Amino acid sequence: MLLGVEASSAQQPTLAGSGRRLSDRLGDLALRALTGLAALGALVLIGLLVYKVVDGAWPAVDAFGLSFLTNQVWNPVTNQFGALAFIFGTVMTSLGALIVAAPVSIAIGLYLSELAPRSARGAIGTLVELLAAIPSVVLGLWGILVLGPFVVKTLGPFLHSILGWTPFFQGSVLVSSYLSAVIVLSIMITPIASSISRELFLQVPRDVKEGALGLGLTRWEMVRGVMLPFTRAGLVAALLLGMGRAIGEAIAVTQVIGNTPNITLNLFSPGDTLASRIAAQYAGAVSNLQVASLFYLAAILLVISLVTNVVAQWIVGRFAVPRHA
Amino acid sequence: MSQAVSLEAGGRVRRRKLVNRAMEGVATLAALLAVGVLVVVVVSVLQRGIPAINLDLFTKVQAPFGEAGGGIEHAIIGSLILVGLATLMALPMGVLIAIYVGEFARPSVSRLIRLALDVLNGVPSIVIGVFVYALIVVPLHRQSGWAGAFALAIVMLPLVSRATMEVLALVPDTLREASFALGVSRWRTVLRVVMPTVLGGVMTGTVLAVARAAGETAPLLFTSSLYANAVTFDPSQPLPSLPVTIFIYADQPDKTLNDQAWAAAFILIVFVLALSVTARAALARSRRKLEGR
Repeated sequence: MLLGVEASSAQQPTLAGSGRRLSDRLGDLALRALTGLAALGALVLIGLLVYKVVDGAWPAVDAFGLSFLTNQVWNPVTNQFGALAFIFGTVMTSLGALIVAAPVSIAIGLYLSELAPRSARGAIGTLVELLAAIPSVVLGLWGILVLGPFVVKTLGPFLHSILGWTPFFQGSVLVSSYLSAVIVLSIMITPIASSISRELFLQVPRDVKEGALGLGLTRWEMVRGVMLPFTRAGLVAALLLGMGRAIGEAIAVTQVIGNTPNITLNLFSPGDTLASRIAAQYAGAVSNLQVASLFYLAAILLVISLVTNVVAQWIVGRFAVPRHA
Repeated sequence: MSQAVSLEAGGRVRRRKLVNRAMEGVATLAALLAVGVLVVVVVSVLQRGIPAINLDLFTKVQAPFGEAGGGIEHAIIGSLILVGLATLMALPMGVLIAIYVGEFARPSVSRLIRLALDVLNGVPSIVIGVFVYALIVVPLHRQSGWAGAFALAIVMLPLVSRATMEVLALVPDTLREASFALGVSRWRTVLRVVMPTVLGGVMTGTVLAVARAAGETAPLLFTSSLYANAVTFDPSQPLPSLPVTIFIYADQPDKTLNDQAWAAAFILIVFVLALSVTARAALARSRRKLEGR
């Protein structure tokens, strides 16, 4: 970007011919070193983070090995620990949230880029983004005290009456359940996914869109035939980033999910996830092995979120998806 | 010979139009749903939070167990200290990293650092809490405000740094070249010419990061949550905070504490939303200015 400048700054001509001023050379060196050190610090920080989490998990890795991943018992009394139920819960809640949030987010993106009256676009866009600014602990508080009772009294019975034949809505719903967790997570990831989708849709070249409309397609046919294929990679990345958020969310989930390890497809029952288990035990872990097992959960979470993010970033870089702050 | 062409839509076209109408309706509904949810959440917080607001909340600490009344003064002050310290850590570090990436680094190095920051941004905040617990709390055998602030700073760092990089990239190269052409050295150019033009962008990026950090609970659970119910200014002690207070009070079977949780949520949400709205407005303005539109 600054290639020309790079070359010339090395041999800046001076009128005096005595080389560059010492203070300039020292200043350049100092600023370069200082900023370089800070950048190095960021890399070291990530390395240290990975090292510390794995190091903390080591006693549990030593004791359980990879069978930790396939064992569903979590029993502090007998010192038996396994992550299967939490991995299941994480997959269940984040997939559930994705299934709810994906169509809604894409629809919001389309509405904001194509349908909304110009005057309303900014306002509605900002409101959707403000939804992302609500702290997760507030959403969790709302989840316990408002959403929970609503799910028990209204939403649960309703879902049971129309979808009771599926394995997902069996029996009666509890105040803390997978269902509440899925709803809270959907609320958390929709704003992120929808504002990225909006940016993506705005990037579709105008002539392509107008070409499609000029051929007599309806607006929806143009969306399906031109805009969705054009933005497919970016949409996948947006949803992956949203899912990464859902996988890592600890606080709001631990507030509403009931913290009961539970492998079931029934959304009406309480459950637990990797992140929510760690959060729930912040004051309660007693034995060293239990603490190490919590670190093991954190390490699994770290790996999952790193993979999700790197894949999403790769797609973003590969297909030049717009960034979103 | 001319046959009248009907301009009325036939069966197939009508169906296509109906589908189109339906899908447009669905998209509009989705947007309304999202706005509706925001309204519902904010209204619940207002409804329950505002009646619970009183002077005691700001001037008293938690009442002894079983007694009514009390407030969350300790949590408000603790939150301000924690977020303030975190900003003091993350802001300089984030800006320095951005300067390195924007002004000095080779493209391959700057890609690596950008990737590192994106990865850091994607690390779940609970894992950051666990990391700082292992790094600082375990060796010192106790939680502290420093540890909590450090964990929040890790959350803020990628946000501050990326925001600064984005505005640095908007500074036209001609500005730097003009400065070089006048014989100004690189470090002076960066500090005296480039940085002043991006100051607004850096500030707004920082404000957004502060808004995010102020609402974070997970990094504090393992680092600064076992605090005394008293006003503390000493960061070497665990400091109370609004998010952790809400987290703990929300779960209590005690109506007074539930109410205080709502009041704390109200204070937090007003703070966070006010910061976000201001920062977004300022960001949009400074972008427009830098892009010369």
